[in-house]
Amino acid sequence: MTDAAASRGASPLDPHAAVAAVGGGVAPTGTAPLRAADGRPLKAALQRAERVNRRRAFLLVAPLLLFVLVTFLFPIGNLLKQSIWNDGFVVHENFATGTRTPIMQNLGGWFDANPPGTPANEEAFAALAADMAQLRELRAQGSVGTRINYEVPGTRSLFTKTARRADDLRPPFMEAILDVDEDWADPALWAAMRGASSPLTLNFYLAAVDLERNAQGDIVPVNENRAIYRDLFGKTLVLSLVITGATLLLGFPVAYLLATLPLAKSNLLMIFVLLPFWTSLLVRTTSWIVLLQSQGVVNDGLVAAGIIGDGSRIQMMYNQMGTVIAMTHILLPFMVLPLYSVMRPIDPSYMRAARSLGANSFTAFRRVYLPLTIPGIGAGALLVFILAVGYYITPALVGGADGQLISNLIAFHILDSLNWSLGAALASLLLFGVLILYWLYDRLVGIDNLKLG
Amino acid sequence: MALPSHATTFEKVWHYVFLVICGLIFLFLIAPILVVIPLSFNAEPYFTFTQKMLSLDPEGYSLRWYERLLEQGMNAPNAVAGWWSDMWNNAAWVRAAKNSFIIGIASTLLATVLGTVAALGLSRPEMPFKGPIMAILISPMIVPIIISATGLFFFYSATGLANTYPGIIMAHAVLGIPFVIITVTATLVGFDQSLTRAAASLGANPRRTFFKVTMPLILPGVISGALFAFVTSFDEVVVVLFVADFEQQTIPRQMWNGIREQISPTILAAATILVAVSIALLTTVELLRRRGERMRGITPS
Repeated sequence: MTDAAASRGASPLDPHAAVAAVGGGVAPTGTAPLRAADGRPLKAALQRAERVNRRRAFLLVAPLLLFVLVTFLFPIGNLLKQSIWNDGFVVHENFATGTRTPIMQNLGGWFDANPPGTPANEEAFAALAADMAQLRELRAQGSVGTRINYEVPGTRSLFTKTARRADDLRPPFMEAILDVDEDWADPALWAAMRGASSPLTLNFYLAAVDLERNAQGDIVPVNENRAIYRDLFGKTLVLSLVITGATLLLGFPVAYLLATLPLAKSNLLMIFVLLPFWTSLLVRTTSWIVLLQSQGVVNDGLVAAGIIGDGSRIQMMYNQMGTVIAMTHILLPFMVLPLYSVMRPIDPSYMRAARSLGANSFTAFRRVYLPLTIPGIGAGALLVFILAVGYYITPALVGGADGQLISNLIAFHILDSLNWSLGAALASLLLFGVLILYWLYDRLVGIDNLKLG
Repeated sequence: MALPSHATTFEKVWHYVFLVICGLIFLFLIAPILVVIPLSFNAEPYFTFTQKMLSLDPEGYSLRWYERLLEQGMNAPNAVAGWWSDMWNNAAWVRAAKNSFIIGIASTLLATVLGTVAALGLSRPEMPFKGPIMAILISPMIVPIIISATGLFFFYSATGLANTYPGIIMAHAVLGIPFVIITVTATLVGFDQSLTRAAASLGANPRRTFFKVTMPLILPGVISGALFAFVTSFDEVVVVLFVADFEQQTIPRQMWNGIREQISPTILAAATILVAVSIALLTTVELLRRRGERMRGITPS
């Protein structure tokens, strides 16, 4: 068997390969091993063919794998790095020229020489004054102040104000700087600067779960009126669970009906499920705004029917209710489709058998049908939940202030407040959660079983 | 679902109650999509049915929001000379539509070619590390879009791909790839491998075998995967929000603006057109699925 032929034959069990080997000339005599046409042992030839096949299969996948690596996995790696690495306090980048200059080196030296918790002395203030002069020269006080402002709110102006007067500072520096602003004496500020002087930090993860380091470097909960992230994670989980429950409640009867109807009818009714699935997300969100807003179709209908008065229109939009209703509608097809694909093959004679053995219809359903649909319920619920926890567009458009999820806050930090590292830390936490669910989904359902339409 | 003759009264009642419940759920699914269609012909700038519309008075209906769709952003909507070129070059929605199609088609081609080739490799029995690789390739569909967009935002800002067409096209292609992989591997499950061996034994080289035997058989799966990828790109707004500039605004981005800023029935006109597009796509995919099943000799079970 030649190499070309070997690579074309598929598996060791391929009958053509064996025929080629036997017909190739070297007849098996006694206990001598089978040999391929070129005289090599058949086993080795087949192994080689197998290797070539494996390489060929891999080469087909390689371009895509590389593409996904570069445009998807690498950016996500970037995101993870951003969440633990912020050099805004130690390097200044001039965006016009692209030059990167190390900054705050004197202060960094003082932090290295003194253990955490050391109160700032004259030496420290002298280092600060020298660094301020450099900041003023580079016009970097704004970005450095912003970096510290993430951890101690309201401190950005300290940096801009002090840098502006950096040239007027004379020894003793402690007095001079405290003269500019006495907030410089705040130990929390010094702790934050110490933390920021090493770019590698877990502080953004702490901030993402409402923790911070106090002046002594211990991890403590943040002030109650600043603690928002844990509540938001909690709210995201609760709303996702509510949405998952709602899709199950609405999806189950529909899937059951579709699965028990004759195929011609169920294919027709399937359009009701598939059309929303194929319709643009923004169209569906717009529709819900049209329907639910206080001057919208539903409220107008209720008023016209005399169910509610004109003055007491129900506020169904721009709050949690809007988010839940619109997302339930958008995610419902993801529940119905897996349920349907599990329910369709269930043999109706099981139910008839249960009935003939004396179960009433409810018992037969509960004891026989329902357990058979568990894989579909699991697949659908997990899929809907995974999609719901990371939802962004719909809550942003119909959620108002109250119906925002964690994704909306990530977007806020990336696009508006520009606290990229905190946004990245929140995104990483969400990512870990979703990856655990994805792994679970793969174990329970198998991603190969994901079906579309 | 037929009611057996021995059903008790309670079962009969429950049967009809159940049908009514299902009817209501179907209404919940479809009504929001259909409601925008008549409202987009509203003569008044309201999001609700006016008295005239309800009484089917022709005066209650108009095409003004569709006109607005074309004219918004034009230099001189009332000029006769050069109206078409003005519309084609300056109208905001027209430009958004052009961008949507450019980005959608380019990213679909990229995703479909790479995805189909990869699916061929993945469905070979000798493919090494099949599980982990499959998990990686499907992950863009599972990872929340906000996370992908944030990662791309950092990556593109650092590499200069932000605010460029290639950047958005690549990002949309990654998001569409899972759909291509899923549909094409599903098609290949029913694929009879002995056909390629038959072609090889008749003297066809692998390339000829692929284009003459494999491709025609898996084509329905490839096309429906491509349609999924196209819809993914056509409907995508978060990545565009994060990494695109005013220049690369797409239809969903324009709708996003419309909903957030000056909400007017123009949005409903755009939505109606998109519903028509989605009906066309759904029909195409359904026809392709049936054709694919027929060609592979699978009778609908």
